[in-house]
Amino acid sequence: MTKSDTTVELKLPIIENMELVATQTAEVVSKHMKLETDKTNEISLALIEACINAFEHSETKSEVYIHFIISEENLTIKVIDKGKGFDSSKISIPNIENKIGSDEKKRGWGIMLIKELMDSVNYESNEEGTTLTMIKNKETDE
Amino acid sequence: MSKIINIEENNSILIISTEGYLNKDLATSIFDESSKYIDDGTRTVLINLSNSNIVNSIGASIIIELIEKLQDVNGSLSFCSLPTIIEKTFTIMGLTKYCSTYTNQEEALEELS
Repeated sequence: MTKSDTTVELKLPIIENMELVATQTAEVVSKHMKLETDKTNEISLALIEACINAFEHSETKSEVYIHFIISEENLTIKVIDKGKGFDSSKISIPNIENKIGSDEKKRGWGIMLIKELMDSVNYESNEEGTTLTMIKNKETDE
Repeated sequence: MSKIINIEENNSILIISTEGYLNKDLATSIFDESSKYIDDGTRTVLINLSNSNIVNSIGASIIIELIEKLQDVNGSLSFCSLPTIIEKTFTIMGLTKYCSTYTNQEEALEELS
């Protein structure tokens, strides 16, 4: 983060569908940054999945914090929970061929979607919580 | 915020039109309503998403269960009028390998009839 960066902060309670508050903020931030509509929608979906993971899997009882850090080149979003943390190396990549017609649970797509939709994704997690940092570049890489 | 706005049958094709966020609640409604028709013999289900702007992975996972239910009876699931982000989500997840997608409802009905 540089001195010229602008940050927007949100604090979300753990309430069903509250992730849509994050997407509404993302839309305003994206509009401010003049991001393309497709990029805005990709950010929104990544945020939805990040919030659902924080709400459901972290087992946190407190709020989830979201920081939107706006720079000239990109938008960095941090999703922070104070939950139990997780080991990202133990998360397997879901495969629909294994899920359809089997007893395998149908869920587990969140991290895969986030990684596909954002330009950079990083998790820092321990027993005191998780910080997901994801970046969307303003310009599309050729 | 999100709901089924229309259910109709056309040439044995069940058409379900939705509005809003395709989340767990809306996907469950789609599954439950489709199941009633599938249990009564319907084999082709078309979901019109023209008024749904975004999906989450929980909703999409319930759609996978609907694909399975239809596969069990040699039926099929199709979508029409998908917003770009929902189509991208389904493509990333691989759902589009198991269901057809159409630009609009007219095209879907022409192909499916």
